[in-house]
Amino acid sequence: MTATLPTPDTALDTPLTVGGREFRSRLMVGTGKYRDNAEMVRAIEASGAEIVTVAVRRVDLDRRKEESILHHLSPERFLLLANTAGCYTADEAVRYARLAREAGFNQFVKLEVIGDRETLLPDTEGLLQAASTLVREGFTVLAYTNDDLVTALRLEEAGCAAVMPLASPIGSGLGLLNPYGIRTIKRRLSVPVIVDAGVGTASDACLTMEQGVDGILMNTALAEAKDPVAMAWAMRWAVDAGRAAYLAGRMPRREVAVPSSPVKGMLG
Amino acid sequence: MTDLNITVNGEPHRIARPATLLDLLSDLDLDPRAVVVELNREIVRRPQLGETSLAAGDAVELVHFVGGG
Repeated sequence: MTATLPTPDTALDTPLTVGGREFRSRLMVGTGKYRDNAEMVRAIEASGAEIVTVAVRRVDLDRRKEESILHHLSPERFLLLANTAGCYTADEAVRYARLAREAGFNQFVKLEVIGDRETLLPDTEGLLQAASTLVREGFTVLAYTNDDLVTALRLEEAGCAAVMPLASPIGSGLGLLNPYGIRTIKRRLSVPVIVDAGVGTASDACLTMEQGVDGILMNTALAEAKDPVAMAWAMRWAVDAGRAAYLAGRMPRREVAVPSSPVKGMLG
Repeated sequence: MTDLNITVNGEPHRIARPATLLDLLSDLDLDPRAVVVELNREIVRRPQLGETSLAAGDAVELVHFVGGG
């Protein structure tokens, strides 16, 4: 796959602003589950993403000579967005967020408080509690949530910088299951709405962006593709295409055909 | 002088006393700039690592960034 095709002209679009920072790319990517770091870096380059997520974990003391992920991702070039993945309580998520901030790159956090091990759906009560605490402590909170409008509204009220409803469960690749729910959240919130999780392939990303959301965050769709770099390109175009189509405004749906060619001037 | 018995990332660990958190990192061959340190659930900032003494029974967590979504 070469980079010779031009990227869609999104000059008419405004930059995405999250937490006071501007981004040209509306595609955000994770760094988990890649076969190796070299492939991850190539996929991130291909995606054009400016925001990449990372997780906070114990240093493996038996393999401590292993290179940290920071050897591969420059904090000057990318906004490193630490997540609280794997946290099941508000207290735990707050603890992880504080550790992430102490690493010293930024005050952004992708807040996850998980409520169920099988579906990894959020614990909305814990999520709201952790969001309030972190906002009070000066964090820029991007909250991973479900497709429920009321929870999204409460997260906005709590001071979150962005709300991140799921397309479908994390790592499922099921695509956008509730376009109506996502559209409603986007329509009702003032803060950016970034769909996080569930996108499986380019058409999912395009369809999601066509709902008018501000961006998409994905990880597994790239990392588990047969060719993550090629899929990253596909996703970049899909996100830009979906965004451009949303801005262009689609034609109305009709239940009947309307000819595209003149009906006048037919031979007698 | 006996060693200190502490816990590091959930595992028992022995270190010669007296020891600071900076001594522990050096003992483990870890770059202080590459890890975040928690002592008994409280974050210890980098400039304080060399001034924070370890005591028997202390629980230390050493974390960093890894790949994630």
